Amino acid sequence: MTRSAAPGMLIALAVLIAGLLLAFTVGRYPIGLGELFQVLAAKVTGGTAAVPAAVENVILQVRGPRVLAAVLVGAALAVAGTAFQGLFRNPLVSPDILGASSGAALGAVLGIFFSLGVFAIQAFAFVGGLIAVAAVYMIGSAVRSRDPILVLVLTGVVIGSLLGAGVGLVKYLADPYNQLPAMTFWLLGSLAATGVGDLVPLFGPVALGTLVLFALRWRMNAMSLPEEEARSLGLPTGPLRVVIVAAATLVTSASVATAGIVGWVGLVVPHIARTLVGPDFARLLPAAAILGGGFLLVIDTLSRTMAAIEIPLGILTAVVGTPFFIWLLASVSKTWS
Amino acid sequence: MRPSRRHVLTGLSATLLAPRRARAATVTDAAGRAVPVPPRVTRVFPAGPPAAILLYTLAPDLLLGWPRANRAEECEFMLPDVCRRPEVGRITGRGNTANLEVVLALKPDLILDVGSTAPTFISLAARVQEQTGIPYALLDGRFDAIAPTYRKLGELIHRREAADALARYAEETVATIRKRVDAIPAERRPRVYYARGPRGLETGLGGSINVETIEFLGARNVAAERRGGLAIVSVEQALLWNPDVIVTIDRDFAANVRRDPVWSAVKAVRDGRVHLSPKLPFGWVDFPPSVNRLIGLWWLAKILYPEQFPEDLRARTRDFYRRFYHVALGDAQIDAVLAGRG
Repeated sequence: MTRSAAPGMLIALAVLIAGLLLAFTVGRYPIGLGELFQVLAAKVTGGTAAVPAAVENVILQVRGPRVLAAVLVGAALAVAGTAFQGLFRNPLVSPDILGASSGAALGAVLGIFFSLGVFAIQAFAFVGGLIAVAAVYMIGSAVRSRDPILVLVLTGVVIGSLLGAGVGLVKYLADPYNQLPAMTFWLLGSLAATGVGDLVPLFGPVALGTLVLFALRWRMNAMSLPEEEARSLGLPTGPLRVVIVAAATLVTSASVATAGIVGWVGLVVPHIARTLVGPDFARLLPAAAILGGGFLLVIDTLSRTMAAIEIPLGILTAVVGTPFFIWLLASVSKTWS
Repeated sequence: MRPSRRHVLTGLSATLLAPRRARAATVTDAAGRAVPVPPRVTRVFPAGPPAAILLYTLAPDLLLGWPRANRAEECEFMLPDVCRRPEVGRITGRGNTANLEVVLALKPDLILDVGSTAPTFISLAARVQEQTGIPYALLDGRFDAIAPTYRKLGELIHRREAADALARYAEETVATIRKRVDAIPAERRPRVYYARGPRGLETGLGGSINVETIEFLGARNVAAERRGGLAIVSVEQALLWNPDVIVTIDRDFAANVRRDPVWSAVKAVRDGRVHLSPKLPFGWVDFPPSVNRLIGLWWLAKILYPEQFPEDLRARTRDFYRRFYHVALGDAQIDAVLAGRG
């Protein structure tokens, strides 16, 4: 590593902090900066803020949890994307490559189909994502091949489209007046309903998965080398791959269960992070997490402030992500090496 | 290849001559199509839920089946044998689940569709009629059109008198309610938020069919500043709107909102004006968008304007279910309906 990563990290942090400041101060419910600081100060010192209960409510119960959830989901997707792109040595890979999103989507639409409660739907989505990736991994490993990575990716694509067909079937059978709109909204991704209660089931898996990935940062550097080279370094590539996939899947499934399908973050952000701090995972993972959190926070802030109705996250991230993806395709040979 | 002049002329003369020849035996449907009236109607295929409900209320014996099978708790509020008729799928709406060969095998005398008369559905009606050779009537599903829709259906299936009775009930209901609501000044009309979904964050924008009943009653839909269909809103936006009344179809939301610290800041929640819509056997305020919403008008009117609507809702409910659903409700059943079960 020749260049210093410090400026890149600073840029990433600056984006996140600016995003946090912006996100807390703007929203559909008008709250003054003074009121915001009073409430936050009161929260820190344990006192009571001299503001209307509704204002305190909005900051602590509505906007606060949502801002935190946006940062967590964005960071999680970016970390998972970084891990998968490194593992598969492919810049066009995103966290749903092994079917985590498709599995979560099927779980969620089934939950809606059976008219379950909110937490049950989220649990279905989370478990659906885990099961899908486990199935892909088992099928992929059962097939003997000289290129296990390629087999894994292909299995992921095939199982992903099978699960997509499952989602289509459930939508087809759903009640068109009530369930179908709910499924459509879920698949577009939103943090509109996030409350304090959503933060623990999101934070737990995301923190666990991210810590595991960060602990493996040196090995992930070696895993980015061609398979033979990694083995020649004495790395147990098979078991390592299982752990990395499991950790990244945990992180992805938890975020998809909370926010629905939010594409692009896990694909685009790792590239920005790589241009900022270079390919070393020790720096890349934190940078991607910070940038991803900041990116989705900005997107979600737009989503909840642009209009009285919510703009789905999946739509906004795609609008931002597509031009970037095209640019990426055009210059892929230059940025990836 | 361009059509030859002779083909065009033949087609043109056929179009010009057809109405004269068929005048005695056609009904003009809501799309302006001349639908041939079958001489004898014993089997009618409903193209979607609104059509099935409309047909059930007028002529349950003719109904071939339901777009989706009914649940047991719904059949308590309908003629049990008709309610249990098989699932036959739907032709219109979002995606076909009915196979046209199955439709043909059921040998319907008429296919009935009730709902939007947008070009999509007009062309669908024309195409299905051409493919199957079965008369396909597309009737207007809007609230204002209930009476003419009943009368047209009555002509199509030779039940004019029964159709006229239901049409008159609908006209009286609509006229009575409209007259009283018109006399209420704008500032006394409550601001209403319509909540769907377990978190109550799905709502109907201005002009959407989901809030047709609410807007018909002159209530101010807080989400009406933007027109459209269903949309998701944030909790912050709901707090900002601070509605006087919340109407919901979701039992989880209705049960949880009273304990939810976030929603407790909303005026409707503080005042205890969160109302769970009845939905047995069919929804009262939103879906399916058919005559089932007529009784919902009285329910909503009493919620929004208790002074102007002193009628006994239980008696109204009993009367409506007898006329339209052909069942005599017991007190316990009325309790279950009004509690929003189902």
